[in-house]
Amino acid sequence: MTESAAGSVTFPTARESRFDPPAVLVRSAQENPIRPMTYADGHEGWLVTGFALARAVLADLRFSNLPDLAHSPISTQMGERRRKRRPGFFLGMDPPEHTRYRRLLTGQFTVRRMKRLEPWIETITAERLDAMELEGPPTDLVRSFALPIPSLVICELLGVPYSDRDRFQRDSRTLLRLDSTVEEAEAAINDLTDYLRDLVRHKRARPADDLISGMLEGGELNDEEMAGISVLLLVAGHETTANMIALGTFALLSNPSQLAAVRDDPSVTDSTVEELLRYLTIVHLGPIRCALEDVELGGQLIRAGQSVTISLSAANRDGERFEDPGTLDVTRPPSGHLSFGHGVHQCLGQQLARTEMSVAYPALLRRFPNLSLAIPPEEVPMRTNMAIYGVDRLPVTW
Amino acid sequence: MKIKADTEICIGAGMCVLTAPEVFDQSEDDGTVVLLDPDPPAAQEAAVRRAVQLCPSGALSNS
Repeated sequence: MTESAAGSVTFPTARESRFDPPAVLVRSAQENPIRPMTYADGHEGWLVTGFALARAVLADLRFSNLPDLAHSPISTQMGERRRKRRPGFFLGMDPPEHTRYRRLLTGQFTVRRMKRLEPWIETITAERLDAMELEGPPTDLVRSFALPIPSLVICELLGVPYSDRDRFQRDSRTLLRLDSTVEEAEAAINDLTDYLRDLVRHKRARPADDLISGMLEGGELNDEEMAGISVLLLVAGHETTANMIALGTFALLSNPSQLAAVRDDPSVTDSTVEELLRYLTIVHLGPIRCALEDVELGGQLIRAGQSVTISLSAANRDGERFEDPGTLDVTRPPSGHLSFGHGVHQCLGQQLARTEMSVAYPALLRRFPNLSLAIPPEEVPMRTNMAIYGVDRLPVTW
Repeated sequence: MKIKADTEICIGAGMCVLTAPEVFDQSEDDGTVVLLDPDPPAAQEAAVRRAVQLCPSGALSNS
């Protein structure tokens, strides 16, 4: 983080260690929970790192999530890529428009429905473990376990053929890469949208027992809106959880006593999931909101039109909120973190993600009690250039 | 303890059901909060307070 004479900083992205956010961000959470920040295009906005203030901004509808209002803290290219509003892409909308779309989906992602999927997710997980066992060690855990489980699950729920995964996984990666050009990102989202628009049209003609068909039955949405929603659910549904499974496993392998607890004591499963979510906070570069009017926050005056970047990673390591925040403790009583965000945009699929993680970690560690890294930890390629943090590969053996 | 739930602003995140399943449920239609017990017993008080605090949309209040 470089500081100008006026006390304004730029957004720090360089990490000193693989599981921790940049140290300056963590320090900032206690020393300067809100501070002026200079954005990539020169915009003078704000950086929020304190837990309480982060929560307050995310819950406050005076801060908009419209993509064309926000400036990017990281690169002007990212700012450019964010700008376009897309039909059905409700993450980039404000209420009441956002509410209309979200309401059509929330019934599909309730706690009860997601818990009902548990036996099926256990079966998918066991099949992946069987395949790993058959193939024998070493293996790349991302390719053989962490990515297939959430991909299979979201494909089945949405009604997207898993056999098309090469196409949508490639496009997702391009979208999440911070160094993709505006043209590359545009091409990737257009390709994904084309793919899902075709699928939506197919399902209009031949409905099946899946979420896309179910939404079409309501008859409220046109093909463009349905394609936009499907892109959002497909990308959000597999990339995030895949990174949590792989990075979470890496974190446990680096903390053997914590790993043993997760493997041997089923009573810590739920708190493990919450703690890994908090500790790793894979949405590590935002979100960004824009003030629609002047707002006083934490003793500062945010002017209408100014961007506010919320560091969820720093907020989840705020010592005011969490005791010993830099320690991974799978027995820590869950007390609420910001890894799924907060406010009206809080993750729609969070209960699905929780179910997937609570199945995956213990099942993996029980099948392979001697699981270990197949390369030195410092050689594991980290996804520092992606909007969602994680590992590119995780070579493991047993 | 009395609880109020505003289904107009609820976004169906499910944090209340996860935290206090004996007091809160979600509608099968749109996922919004269903109050199973608007006047929960003292034994539920801590969980309910946490659920109110965790609610992302501010749809829950207690008195």
